[in-house]
Amino acid sequence: MARQILFEHINVPGINTLETYVSKGGYQSLARAFKMTPDEVTEEVKKSGLRGRGGAGFPTGMKWSFLDKKSDKPRYLVCNGDESEPGTFKDRHLMMNIPHALIEGMIVSSYALGARTSYIYVRGEMMPVIRVLEKAIQEAYKAGYLGNNIQGSGYSLDLYVQPGGGAYICGEETALLESLEGKRGNPRNKPPFPAVWGLYGCPTVVNNVETIADVPWIVNHGGDAYAAIGIGKSTGTKLISACGNINKPGIYEIELGLPVEEFIYSDQYCGGIPNGKKLKAVVAGGSSVPILPADLILKTANGEPRLMSYESLNDGGFVSGTMLGSGGFIVYDEDQCIVRNLWNFTRFYHHESCGQCSPCREGTGWMEKVLHRIEYGHGKMSDIDLLVDVAKKIEGKTICPLGEAAAWPVASAIRHFRAEFEAHVSDPGSCCKKHLHREMTSVH
Amino acid sequence: MDSNLLKVTIDGRSIEVPPGTTILQAARMIGEHYPPAMCYYTPLKESGGKCRVCLVRVAQTSEANPRPMPKLVASCLTRVENGMVVENESSPEVLEARHGVVEFLLINHPLDCPVCDQAGECDLQNLAFEHGTEQTRYEEGRREFDKIDIGDKIQLHMTRCILCYRCVFTADQITNERVHGVLNRGDAAEIGTYIKHAIENDFSGNIVDVCPVGALTDKTYRFKQRVWFSKPFNAHRSCDKCCGEVVLWIKNNDVIRVTARKNKFGEVEKFICNDCRYDHKNLEDWVIGEAAEIERDSVIRANKYKTKIHSPAVQVDAKFVSE
Repeated sequence: MARQILFEHINVPGINTLETYVSKGGYQSLARAFKMTPDEVTEEVKKSGLRGRGGAGFPTGMKWSFLDKKSDKPRYLVCNGDESEPGTFKDRHLMMNIPHALIEGMIVSSYALGARTSYIYVRGEMMPVIRVLEKAIQEAYKAGYLGNNIQGSGYSLDLYVQPGGGAYICGEETALLESLEGKRGNPRNKPPFPAVWGLYGCPTVVNNVETIADVPWIVNHGGDAYAAIGIGKSTGTKLISACGNINKPGIYEIELGLPVEEFIYSDQYCGGIPNGKKLKAVVAGGSSVPILPADLILKTANGEPRLMSYESLNDGGFVSGTMLGSGGFIVYDEDQCIVRNLWNFTRFYHHESCGQCSPCREGTGWMEKVLHRIEYGHGKMSDIDLLVDVAKKIEGKTICPLGEAAAWPVASAIRHFRAEFEAHVSDPGSCCKKHLHREMTSVH
Repeated sequence: MDSNLLKVTIDGRSIEVPPGTTILQAARMIGEHYPPAMCYYTPLKESGGKCRVCLVRVAQTSEANPRPMPKLVASCLTRVENGMVVENESSPEVLEARHGVVEFLLINHPLDCPVCDQAGECDLQNLAFEHGTEQTRYEEGRREFDKIDIGDKIQLHMTRCILCYRCVFTADQITNERVHGVLNRGDAAEIGTYIKHAIENDFSGNIVDVCPVGALTDKTYRFKQRVWFSKPFNAHRSCDKCCGEVVLWIKNNDVIRVTARKNKFGEVEKFICNDCRYDHKNLEDWVIGEAAEIERDSVIRANKYKTKIHSPAVQVDAKFVSE
């Protein structure tokens, strides 16, 4: 079995309780961290090369060092647990099963940042997770890991869980902060970035659940040890939630640099595609990253094997590459319809647009309607170029990255599977007869 | 040169501005070819950044950092840095993006200008005239809402709204209490009072003035007159609630409408109270001054008259009368 950092003890019975978690070496990083200065902890994280696991892959240590230290306002650490990307379901598993890993990470990270109050913002639909976290936080308070003067260190921290209100957009960090402040979850214009003007106008760091849960291991073993795992600038391990047409859907912790082919076909991971079907396409990092056809996901345009790493997946830019994103790995076999899949994704982004800025508010709905038309046999050839153009006019013009998240899947699907769109127009129903028939009969 | 001033070059023309100035403000200082703005409104704090029609390209971030900014930026919010080089109308990328945004703003707009009170002084109409295309590529159904009376003086026609949030900021910043806001999300988002609440306070009429389109209209003026058939005059009275400085829109010696005065960027100079706006519609109530200058480009002027007329609204009226 490959290197496990987060999931090493995930199958230990009772690991969600503090007692078992501590017996497996939990909360040891606190004593170590408190012997260091906060800046030394940040330095270790920098050395580790840890990158944000929420999708953008921004170096975590660097993000921490951007925090406005000159300001005399309080600082905040906010954990982004608003995991709502279609295809991504790794943080839920982590929080549900080893909640103390996140809490330990929150304590150590808050110490490094000098935060006295920290928040875990959890997607509102995940009430069971919220209850688990609440219980774990109570345990941690009782054991003296949270509250005043933690373990005699002189450092105090209060930790709160905040349920979200049911909006994908609140996973965008500034919309999350607005929501946390009790306002409508509209993303803010940037700059200023949260490191300067965050929660309640104070310097704030927003990190993904998995990123924060990685920090205790880095403190325990040192940044260099973490940097030794993985490949190049993609250090450490990554949780990948695999789904779609594979024999073993689930959440896997992989060492970055694992070949994509091995991940899909090895019995240790996805276990290949059921019923001997052929691989058609993969969305490698959650629904918003570009879709890639089988040949380009297994090998780069240069013919090198594609690896599960930030750099390798991005090889070739968006012409022939994609992104590691948040690790939502969706596999499509030869029977799946790309047009239908794209319509479904676009429907999601249309539904989740906050409506604040015009390109996203109007453009996502437009794309959905055109795709619906093509899927249901009323499309025109000119619609395909129209979609490309609308996507282009959304991308890069919006306040927050939801515009890109909606535009990239459209642009990439048409780039790589244009023939399939044309077939939907010229011979409606040839591909999706099954779905259409089912839907028409299910009406009655 | 004052060492505190920052030098910015927009479309090849340079100006020195104080720190904190945004690109849009600097462009307006330079003069004619400034980016359009549908949501930004100088008197309202926090406005801007939403409509995306003011996007510009920053070709050089500053003297110290000569790299271009990676994406187009909203000129209404991006602050000038020393040595910044900005491309507005000189960048094909900017013009294409602006075309795109105008198209987005129009796909769900009813285009009912012939029956809309705002026609002739509508920012969206002017924007579409200048930056839009002649035909739409949008074939789908348009979003529709029912008209709502929010109070006895104002009607909300959400179908025309472009969600600029100006009326929300106005209610927040110049009235005692805000009872309306943005409900729902995405293209289902709407301005509303949630439970059919009336917007009733002494300054509520200003939300009609700040609305860039015909979404919020003055019920006492609805369907009374096309704007270009009435003459605007600056007038004032002593008022204990507001400055009392207004524009009277006069036709045949009747005051058919009272609005706040706007500058050449279409922004209200001083907000006025509902007393002045709704309850003083007799000429005797006012000390009437000069004809109000309306310098803004307007669809009507651009269509009808080729030459620049200093006070078009007055002359337009004169011409129609003589015909």
